Amino acid sequence: MEKLHIEGSAKTPSVSFDGQVGILEMRGRSIPENSIEFFQPLMDWVDAYGSQATSETRVDMKLEYFNTSSSKCILDLFKRLEKINNGQSQVLINWFYETDDEDMQEAGEDYAAIVDLKFEIQEIDEI
Amino acid sequence: MALTDVYNYYRRMEDEQVILSFKGEFSAELLTSILHIMESKMIELSIPMQMKKRVFNVLVECFQNLYHHIEDDFSDFQMDSSKNAALVMVKYVDNKIMVLTGNYIPKGSMDELKRKLVLVNELDEKELRELYQQRLLNNKVSQKGTAGLGIIDIARKSKNELGYEFVDVNDDYSFFCLSIVIE
Repeated sequence: MEKLHIEGSAKTPSVSFDGQVGILEMRGRSIPENSIEFFQPLMDWVDAYGSQATSETRVDMKLEYFNTSSSKCILDLFKRLEKINNGQSQVLINWFYETDDEDMQEAGEDYAAIVDLKFEIQEIDEI
Repeated sequence: MALTDVYNYYRRMEDEQVILSFKGEFSAELLTSILHIMESKMIELSIPMQMKKRVFNVLVECFQNLYHHIEDDFSDFQMDSSKNAALVMVKYVDNKIMVLTGNYIPKGSMDELKRKLVLVNELDEKELRELYQQRLLNNKVSQKGTAGLGIIDIARKSKNELGYEFVDVNDDYSFFCLSIVIE
């Protein structure tokens, strides 16, 4: 299937979803006014990927910070990945946070608590 | 206003340790510019990374609250030059950043806003986190992309009580003042 590639901007993260290898990455800040507009193509892509997912799917979330509007969309994205996780593909979420950024660490823990997917919450020097 | 008042304004802001102030129409573009300016100011002031991100978060939520809300309620507004007019000020005092905002709100929306502020001010960090998680799971996102989490997030990032005041303006509107301290 087609790769999804979106360049990052001042308010939106870069997106690189590769269905061939099963690696989905988001990186940067996510503070769009209307996050649905931004996230809809990502949701659609994940839905399409669901029918042809590789046996393992790795999601690398490397977010600097995000607004509350995005937080809801990120949850929806994970919810769609939960569906794929039922049999088709083993989904792993790598949630990265910058050293000492306890807010992003907590945000990852919050998602891990309410989403039925395997999470690894990892500290890195810089996003 | 006499021309020398310019100096008085300047002095006042200097004394109050205001590092940024804007009065006018709130828009998405303005937010981008203000974040940009704050980024360089905070580098100058050697503000730690975590605090910087909290300031960005708070500014983003304040702005997005302001203009989403302004679009909603002001079809018949005739107060000032523009219905979108609002004020945002950032102060840097004792290694703390203070974000102050001021905007008109219709009196009809006052009670709900007050209720939210009273609630978040009563909760401790852990309770705020639980409330956020719960709302994240249950709230629906509106057409405009708002999730009803803004004030909870502001309170979480601030870790201080939110200061607020509603100034009576006329029968229909109040002026809502909000102050958020980030350390």
